[in-house]
Amino acid sequence: MRESHLITGATLPNGERADILVQNGLIAKVGTVTDAAGATVVDGDGLIALPGLVDLHTHLREPGYEQSETVLTGTQAAAAGGFTAVFAMANTFPVADTAGVVEQEASLGRAAGYATVQPIGAVTVGLKGAELAELGAMARSRANVRVFSDDGFCVSDPLLMRRALEYVKAFDGVIAQHAQEPRLTEGAQMNEGALSGELGLTGWPAVAEESIIARDVLLAEHVGSRLHVCHVSTAGSVEVIRWAKARGIDVTAEVTPHHLLLTEDLVAGYDPRFKVNPPLRRTEDVQALRAALADGTIDIVATDHAPHPVEAKESEWDAAANGMVGLESALAVVHAAVVETGLMGWADVARVLSEAPARIGRLRGHGGALVAGSPAELTLYDPSAASAFDLDRLAGRSTNSPYLGRTLPGAVVATFHSGYPTYLDGVLRPADEVAQRAAEAREDAHG
Amino acid sequence: MRHLLSTRDLERPEAIGLLDVAEDMAAVQEREVKKLPTLRGKTVVNLFFEDSTRTRISFEAAAKRLSADVINFSAKGSSVSKGESLKDTAQTLQAMGADGVVIRHHASGAPQTLATSGWIDAGVVNAGDGTHEHPTQALLDAFTLRRRLHGRASRGRGLDGTRVVIVGDILHSRVARSNVWLLTTLGAEVELVGPPTLMPVDTSAWPARIGYDLDAALDEVPDAVMMLRIQAERMHAAYFPNSREYARIWGLDDARFDRLPPTTMVMHPGPMNRGLEIAARAADSPQSTVREQVANGVSVRMAALYLLLSGERGES
Amino acid sequence: MAVRIVLQQADLDRALTRIAHEILESNRGADGLVLLGIPTRGVVLAERLAAIVGRIAATEIPSGALDVTMYRDDLGRNPVRAPQPTAVPEGGIDGKTVVLVDDVLYSGRTIRAAFDALADLGRARAVRLAVLVDRGHREFPIRADFVGKNLPSSARERINVRLAEIDGDDAVTIDGRDD
Ligand SMILES: [Zn+2]
Repeated sequence: MRESHLITGATLPNGERADILVQNGLIAKVGTVTDAAGATVVDGDGLIALPGLVDLHTHLREPGYEQSETVLTGTQAAAAGGFTAVFAMANTFPVADTAGVVEQEASLGRAAGYATVQPIGAVTVGLKGAELAELGAMARSRANVRVFSDDGFCVSDPLLMRRALEYVKAFDGVIAQHAQEPRLTEGAQMNEGALSGELGLTGWPAVAEESIIARDVLLAEHVGSRLHVCHVSTAGSVEVIRWAKARGIDVTAEVTPHHLLLTEDLVAGYDPRFKVNPPLRRTEDVQALRAALADGTIDIVATDHAPHPVEAKESEWDAAANGMVGLESALAVVHAAVVETGLMGWADVARVLSEAPARIGRLRGHGGALVAGSPAELTLYDPSAASAFDLDRLAGRSTNSPYLGRTLPGAVVATFHSGYPTYLDGVLRPADEVAQRAAEAREDAHG
Repeated sequence: MRHLLSTRDLERPEAIGLLDVAEDMAAVQEREVKKLPTLRGKTVVNLFFEDSTRTRISFEAAAKRLSADVINFSAKGSSVSKGESLKDTAQTLQAMGADGVVIRHHASGAPQTLATSGWIDAGVVNAGDGTHEHPTQALLDAFTLRRRLHGRASRGRGLDGTRVVIVGDILHSRVARSNVWLLTTLGAEVELVGPPTLMPVDTSAWPARIGYDLDAALDEVPDAVMMLRIQAERMHAAYFPNSREYARIWGLDDARFDRLPPTTMVMHPGPMNRGLEIAARAADSPQSTVREQVANGVSVRMAALYLLLSGERGES
Repeated sequence: MAVRIVLQQADLDRALTRIAHEILESNRGADGLVLLGIPTRGVVLAERLAAIVGRIAATEIPSGALDVTMYRDDLGRNPVRAPQPTAVPEGGIDGKTVVLVDDVLYSGRTIRAAFDALADLGRARAVRLAVLVDRGHREFPIRADFVGKNLPSSARERINVRLAEIDGDDAVTIDGRDD
């Protein structure tokens, strides 16, 4: 008999208050629970209970870049951010372009036990954009890959993109495109506009993103395939996707938390913490992205969690790496950007951070509603714990967060994965305990 | 003044004050004893990540004439290009006790990063960063303009009503940026002329007119025409078809030069591509300020070093 | 805080006239005299003295300005000072008798810096010092040759020299700081 937990008086996404009993890896009961002898009680008063968050866009860095992050530390960051599943991007070393690499990642995730690690496969061999990777082998592997992406690079060759879109239909796959026209962004450093001209930084024009999205939705329409657009960052991209959806094209799109909150003005001090791909854009873009998320044009929020070692950010702007860590701060940032502003409610947050990403990624066991009988993947969030985001809130190996020192409106209190806590009372559970619980949960499932 | 990073954040009185100090420095340059004891015991490091012999020599002369100790740190071809970071270099300079760092860097914003990172206590002078700013060049240009226009009565004056046309590769020019902010702060009117491919996409917030027609700009008889250097590599990136066409449309050739009255100054930050952006006759004419610009460069840089390093530390 | 007037316009005129006579006496005439004032008020005083000396000797006495800012030994202890122009009269200082003119002589640091500044301009035959007020508290072995008024003061007091060309009227005042 595994430890059970009783969460008392939490607020469900629909606003109702309920007790939640977590038992044997499942949500045993939701409502008023009176018969929970032996359960560890978690006071849920004032907390929002959400289905465990699912991130469709995480860079775990292992294998190859373990100085930035490992599967263990990356999933610890996920747990601290309320995530119970992460899709691991393929730009590792070696690149996740074979069944062997994706199976290794998935098993490292299982062993660590902090979250489900669902590998993403590369679209092209070595992310080189020249020939297709073994998409079918990855799909049929034990890692069960359904999402393919060269993220970090754009599949810019239109013919290759067409073939990839067509090919993955055979196993209900989706191509997640990093939309960045390479020629238009040679040497690009920040959003192209008035500020880039003033700061003397090579511009990263919105059209470099929008033109690829426009091409790709037309390709997806032509071959009748499913397309997912990574980290949409401009108002123009939103318009293209809105048009495509209205036309019935099977396209989904994501926005990152940072593109919902931060603007290019932060670049003015040349602080590389704010250097990211795609770049921070204008206030108008942020407004358009929020509206698009609220009206469903953009389907999900995905973190693009991109850890880098300290030295990669302690440099002049040009030499600094692109990217920000985002798992630990994602929910509070979404809270600030679209909940506090009245654009969305908690049920919408559950949709864009859990249900929709699980659906787009074809990930079973995640993203379901908090009802009796469903897998116990859930998150407790305190929406009134406004505080300055500091290093203590970061649980991964890297600290390149753009929010350090910034006040965020709430904090994750607890995360339950496969029925056991990975994060409790604002503290990460120890690695050996979590690995042990994960092993027990697997035995239960097989026994 | 704690650092000199850009002309964007120079207030008018501050800018005029600096030009006035440069007048004092220029007066010293006319004496037999050209050296002042002012910065005795201070150490100035010339930290050059990009080759520029003229700028380095100008700063070196300025620091030496103020009796500072000068250390030249050419980062090109040293351990820096082999992966040693700006941070490591800065910490080395800090350990050496640098009071002032004059930095030339290929990355826009590197001087600001150096000044604000906390790696170093020294005052930082931007000697040109990427395609961002080159404040001492703009200050020497303003100084040159003011001296030509007002002579001995220059002190305390701005450049009110002075009309300056800057011609060429505005997009990549740190000289153009620093001049736009500084000259307009001093009251001048600035027009930028060049091919549309070499203009920033959005200059709506710039206090300058934008034009593509050099002849039209010259028809308005500006007080000064500043020709910018065209880098050879721009030709290979489709900014314009070839040098012949560039010279014909945006070069200060003999015909255009002949149309200018003798009162219009011809400026160039150097080094010049004679026959490309500027014809030899214009460059060598009495209207040309090119040689004065070099001499004035030392005075302006002495003024900047004086204002940065002579007072008590930690004051802003 | 009490403000006391020490010299009024007439006193000031008399003091300058006396100094002018003393300069001529010690120089045995007006030959080779150059008056250099130390900015800001020393420059005005040098101009006035040159005019008076010139009137008495019936000749033109050259006067100019000698800024010492960049020669000071206390630059690093204070906020940045803006230098003032140096103006050496035509003919320079080589072989001349230079009379340095300042409003108040105090620690002597300004005059020490003036010696260095002067040396960089040439080689004077002799250097003299004229001040309107000597308030004591010397930190260097420096003494004025010509003094308008000796004014023993405490370090807490402030001596204020007002000159019509700059301040609208002539006066020397002393602020007693009893705080
Ligand atoms: Zn990406």
